This record gives sequence, structure tokens and C-alpha cells, in this order.
Amino acid sequence: MEERDLVCICCPLGCSLKAKIEENGEVHISGNTCKRGEDYGKKETTAPTRIVTTTVRIKGGVLPALSVKTQDGIPKNKVFECIQALQDVEVEAPVHIGDIIFADIAGTGIPVIATKEVEKCME
Amino acid sequence: MTADIVIIGGGPAGLAAAVSAKEAGVDHILILERDKELGGILNQCIHNGFGLHTFHEELTGPEYAARFISKVKELQIPYMLETIVISIGNDKTVTAMNKEKGLFTIKAKAVILAMGCRERARGALNIPGYRPAGIYSAGTAQRYVNMEGRMPGKEVVILGSGDIGLIMARRMTLEGAKVKLVAEIMPYSGGLKRNIVQCLEDYDIPLKLNHTVTGIKGKERVESVTVAKVDENRKPIPGTEEEITCDTLLLSCGLIPENELSKEAGVLLNPVTSGPFVNESLETSEAGIFACGNVLHVHDLVDYVSGEAQTAGEKAAAYVKGLLPASKEETTAVSAESGVRYTVPSKLDITRMDEEQMIRFRVDNIYRNAYIAVYLNEKCIKKIKRPMLAPGEMEQVKLRKADMEQCDGLVKITIKIEQEV
Repeated sequence: MEERDLVCICCPLGCSLKAKIEENGEVHISGNTCKRGEDYGKKETTAPTRIVTTTVRIKGGVLPALSVKTQDGIPKNKVFECIQALQDVEVEAPVHIGDIIFADIAGTGIPVIATKEVEKCME
Repeated sequence: MTADIVIIGGGPAGLAAAVSAKEAGVDHILILERDKELGGILNQCIHNGFGLHTFHEELTGPEYAARFISKVKELQIPYMLETIVISIGNDKTVTAMNKEKGLFTIKAKAVILAMGCRERARGALNIPGYRPAGIYSAGTAQRYVNMEGRMPGKEVVILGSGDIGLIMARRMTLEGAKVKLVAEIMPYSGGLKRNIVQCLEDYDIPLKLNHTVTGIKGKERVESVTVAKVDENRKPIPGTEEEITCDTLLLSCGLIPENELSKEAGVLLNPVTSGPFVNESLETSEAGIFACGNVLHVHDLVDYVSGEAQTAGEKAAAYVKGLLPASKEETTAVSAESGVRYTVPSKLDITRMDEEQMIRFRVDNIYRNAYIAVYLNEKCIKKIKRPMLAPGEMEQVKLRKADMEQCDGLVKITIKIEQEV
């Protein structure tokens, strides 16, 4: 059996978790103060994921950058691939929160969506 | 011009205050914002983790702001962008200017201060050396990268492990920079634990506690910085210096409420928070001038800002409608003692108090297995056990009006930290 100390990243409380990983792969989490902590601990010891937040270029808005995020967590080892894939993406205003900017990022099946309202700039 | 309530600042505090004042029945509200759009600092905080308390979901900064912006638009609350406030008189006359109207004044019945805070700059840190390009406050770099699409540099050292510094360590790494080190002068990080994990550990960025930057090399552009270990008095220890080549130094060394306007209005400031002293209604020393958000005291969670601003909005609305009786002279002091650096509010008028009153505060050190204790005069009425208390995390405790009323001759409420005996 393996034991790992984790810090939950689900909310600002940052609970200290203990993960007990059995030989059969079963994971037991303690130290969490909510259900999210348990889920996080299990995921983190088996298949860690992260929501990636970054920007893409935008034309026709007040500012040249549009903030985006992966709609869900993607595998941790795909984070840089995700950033790479978005490097040359450019969209045009107007853009609304939730608009799909990239349909399937780094082969994860997860879309990248806009996190900001950008209206078309008249100037 | 006239207005019932003028709100200075269209960030999270100003927006939430506007919404609650409007919902409390005040129609003539005006938000003044100096940037090109509403949302304030949230617009550059593109990372997620906002709104778990308020919306029970995890949002990015711009998404969190959008919830309030759409509410402001839905309620048709007027706002002016690219408008800067020059002064606030103690008669609540607000002088502002913008491109369209030039210089103009607004006679307000109530004012809500929601200007937020600014970052401690290099000048306040006394780091010797030339003044080359490549030294930014972490928030400035954040704005460049996330809003203006510019990269401040390629090899980065970050001084200070506050949340913005940690977030920027990750952000710069994702954008292709090499973050060589985060140096923290204190023996603990000022940032949230989750950010240490997901911003530093995820990317193998080293964090050196008890370390500071003692020198900057480079005349035109930063070429390297010298980092040294500090002793318990935070003085660099000779012989521990290490030179690290880099082209960029980011400073994440604390936030200071931006109160130049408040001072001019005659508002008394608390030297501990650099924000106004306020009573239970978040009203400053000037009747009818209220404060909320980071201009009042620096928060770590925007959810708490929204909650606080909602109260300020409600109270300002009550003031305008004549429903908030003038505060009595003999208010009850809320005293911060042993381990508690300050409290907001710092005094209570029990006759004006709601059934429950939130007291927010910060501790001065890391405490393990300690108690937050509340005393009315000399009597302890509440003891809350906490496994860990840290200066980087704002604490709160609720007081009940009923308890106050039951206490004969209440003159002082004390909040303190008590260790296990």
C-alpha cells in the first residue's frame, strides 16, 4: 500500500488530504472536508487533470486578447499541448461567454470556450 | 449633475454594491469606472477558482465579473467608463472627468468607495541597483499577458509569493517563459495553498522561503538579480547571496488599498489596513460615505468582496432613504488583540446592527490548533477551534445582535487568538 499527501485545489480552503492507494488500485481519501475533496484526491492519484486557462488573439475587440478555458479538466500531461494548439488561433469579435473557440483540444474531446464577452469595437 | 448614490469604481465591489442598492429601491445610481470596461481587476484574472461561495461553481475572473455586469445592465444602472474621479468633497460632491464631458461634478446623497487596491512597487521595497527595463509588478505583467497580449520577458524571477505572484509564475511558464525562482522573504507563503500546488509544484518552480532580492544588475535591461537568505529579522545574511541570470523581475509584495480620494474627503484611515475605519454599516468616519472591497481591506476571495459590497449597497440605500439613523457617538469598539491584526468593522452601533454581523480580520502569524475567541467586555462568548490560521487567509466570525443586547454595559468587543493550554 502506498500513501500520498495531497493538497486539495478545488477551493481556497486547500484541505490537506491523505490518499491510501491499495494494491488493487483502490484509493481511500481522508482529510477532505467535502465530497469535491474526495473526488479530487481519487483523480489526482489515478488520472490527474487540470482546467487550463489562457488567451487567444481576437480581432475587432477593445483589447487584442480573449480569455478562454478548457470546458473541463484535461489530463495534466496535455497542458502544454493544449497551449501549443491555441498559439495560432485568432477569432473575431463579437464573442460571447461559452462560445466554442476550439472544438477538441489536444485529442481530449474537450472544447476550449471563451470566458469573456467581447463586443465588436466601433472605433 | 446629481445622484442618490455615486459608486467610485466598477470592479467586483462597485458592481455588487450597485446591484444591491438598486434592489433596495434606490434608482438614481451612477458607477464611475476609469478603465474601458466594467469588471476591474477580474478582467485580467483569467484563471479559474472564483465564485465557489457565491455561485457554487468555479468561474474565471472575467466570467465572475460578467455575472454582475449583466445584472447591472439588466437593472439599467447607469455607468460611465474611462472616467476618472479627481476628488470627493466631504459634502459628497464628486468631481470627475472624461473625454466626453471634460471636468464635471456630481452632487451625491451617498458615496460608495470601491476603488480597490494597488501593488506595492519597487520604490517601496528598497532594492538597490539601476532602474533597467524588465521590472514589473506581478499585476502589471498579468495585464500585459492576459489583456494586451504582450510577454514581459523570457527568464523570470518572482519576488513575493502572494497569490498574484504564484498565478503569474504559472502563466509565464505556460506562455513559454522560464520561471527560475519565487523568493519569499517571510518563512511562509502569503498565497493560498492550492496555488502553491497548482502553480508552482505542477511546473517544478522552486519556492525559496526566507529569501529576498538584494540587488538588480543591468543598466538598459535586467541581466540578473541577487537573491540572499534572510535572518529572523528579515535582514539578508552575508555570504548567502546567489546571482540568478534573468531578464525579468516580477514583484508580488503586497497590496495597498487605494485611498487618496478617501483621505481628501476627510475619511479616517486605519494604519494597519490602510483602509477606512468603518462601523457596522461599512460607513466611514464621514456620514454617508461607505466603503467596500479592497479599498477597505485587501481580500483574498472575491466572493467575500461581493458579500461585503452587497452590505455597503444596502446600507447606502438605507441612508439615502432616511432609514439609517445617525450613528450614536458612543459606539462599541471592536478590539483586535493578541494575534488579530485588525477587524472590519472596527466599531458597532448596536441599535443599527442587523441580527447578525460579520466581523472579518487577519491574524499576524501562523497558528496551529488555536482558537478564535470573542469577548464581550471581559466575558468570553465564543471560541472556535481552528486547525490552522495564517496571515494570508482572511478569517471571519459572526456576532449575534441578541448576545450584544443581553450584555449589560457593553463597551468593548474583543477578538483574539488563544492557544491551547
